[in-house]
Amino acid sequence: MIREVMTANKAVAEAARLAKPQVIPVYPITPQTTISEYLAQYVADEKIDAKYVKVESEHSAISAALGASATGVRVFTATSSQGLMLMHEILFAAAGMRTPFVLADANRAISAPLNIWNDQQDSIAQRDAGWLQIYVENAQEALDATLMAYKISENPNVLLPSMVCLDGFILTHTVEPVEIPTQESVDEFLPPYNAEHAFLDPKSPMSIGNLADPDYYLEARHDMQVAMDNSVEVIQKTCDEFAEIFGRKYGLIEPYKTEDAEIIFVAMGSLCSTIRVIVDQLRNKGEKVGLLKIRAYRPFPVEAIDEAVKNCDKLAVIDKNISFGIGGALYTDIKAKIHKEAYGFIAGLGGRDITPESILEVYEKTKNVPEKEVTWIGLKEE
Amino acid sequence: MIEIRFHGRGGQGSVTAAEILAKAAFKDGKYVQAFPFFGVERRGAPVMAFTRIDEKPIDLRYQIYNPDYVLVLDDGLMNVVDVFSGIKDNTEVIINIPEEYKGTGEHNIYSIDATGIALDLLGRNIVNTIILGYFAKKTQAVSIESLVEVIKETFPGKIGELNAEATRKAYEMG
Repeated sequence: MIREVMTANKAVAEAARLAKPQVIPVYPITPQTTISEYLAQYVADEKIDAKYVKVESEHSAISAALGASATGVRVFTATSSQGLMLMHEILFAAAGMRTPFVLADANRAISAPLNIWNDQQDSIAQRDAGWLQIYVENAQEALDATLMAYKISENPNVLLPSMVCLDGFILTHTVEPVEIPTQESVDEFLPPYNAEHAFLDPKSPMSIGNLADPDYYLEARHDMQVAMDNSVEVIQKTCDEFAEIFGRKYGLIEPYKTEDAEIIFVAMGSLCSTIRVIVDQLRNKGEKVGLLKIRAYRPFPVEAIDEAVKNCDKLAVIDKNISFGIGGALYTDIKAKIHKEAYGFIAGLGGRDITPESILEVYEKTKNVPEKEVTWIGLKEE
Repeated sequence: MIEIRFHGRGGQGSVTAAEILAKAAFKDGKYVQAFPFFGVERRGAPVMAFTRIDEKPIDLRYQIYNPDYVLVLDDGLMNVVDVFSGIKDNTEVIINIPEEYKGTGEHNIYSIDATGIALDLLGRNIVNTIILGYFAKKTQAVSIESLVEVIKETFPGKIGELNAEATRKAYEMG
């Protein structure tokens, strides 16, 4: 085990190296680019025994990833923003064909207007593809979540691909200390992928992703729903096993000072760090406030959230995305499934910095009941 | 916690300097964070980079608006960028400038001819590590030993040796 100062992009590349993927098809895009560069270097230096597939687009990258995964090998890919948009069609195919590979998404805004900075619209737009989505808070979690994603996706009760979502620039281009586990400990945690449902064997050929007429399609989709439901338990179990070996504890959610909180912030990703600092500041002034960090957005961990927020009065949900005509995706999910007074806040779109003042504004508005159900934070008047 | 803001031009190594400082402070046993001003970098255009150093894990994930230290790699920038933006009463500003800075006396300003050292020892105007040497002596926020170690790791071979020597020279002038 070594500790080193690195970006979350490098932490993801390190996780990919340690997971020993056999095929890595990647197409570079800001702010994911350095992941593709590190992996190319690792393959060239023979630090990974993998085929690095150079492709002409993200549509090809994900298609190659799906094809490789269907032969029964472990696969890694990564992208961002418009790249993920171009993958959209095949994301659904990958989930439907039950190919359990891992994709790291460097969260970035969507065009137009053209913007390379961070928000979470790109991955949120893939919400219904049938992928598990884990949002990470820091570089260490980016590494850990990538390792865990393989174990969760490859579980025979799940067999759905996973997306590890890390905030562009705020994590991808920020260096901080990261603990890199040894190969031995990772091998113990994550044995080689043993595909039993989809693999290449010339003596016993199979074909997947075939035409399913109305007699079969409904059941195939229902199987995916069952798999997604199963993943709730598998994620928690995998986090527990991870904690036993590596000492770092994760879960479907991460509650912070929620037990006696009257108001609880609900958020995903790197923003949770700053919110935690603000929670401490407000607590010092006697305010009863907490934070609920959502790690697993799909599956949506309703039971765990219910339990964490049961004692509070109000929820302040901050989204770095917008579903036009209704509100942020996390907010609408919370409204649909959690029976609490909840208010939505749209913040940080296109890289607008979310400062302590922004978070305090969310708190004050929630405390005094906002004028609207969904409030945009930091909006310029003119 | 101390917060440091770097001002430079694209290509001058401001981001590298911010990362070297973070890595050196990490070697000293501190918690660190460093990041560029997010966006597109163009050679010659004004850029910023940031470093945070603390005794405990750093949970702040937004830009630095009120730095404790400002490092200006190119005094010519001061005509186009307000390097004093958001500074506090006790903020210290270190400027790479050929002669003593003669601007407003309200700020705590230190002048160093890092370009002179760079041209002398490196043969080219790359001052990002040199200004860190001066910073290390003035602030004691990072040890010169760790700084030199990280510089040599970042630039292997002769370039690293020369940079380390230039950085030590600036340290002695601090």
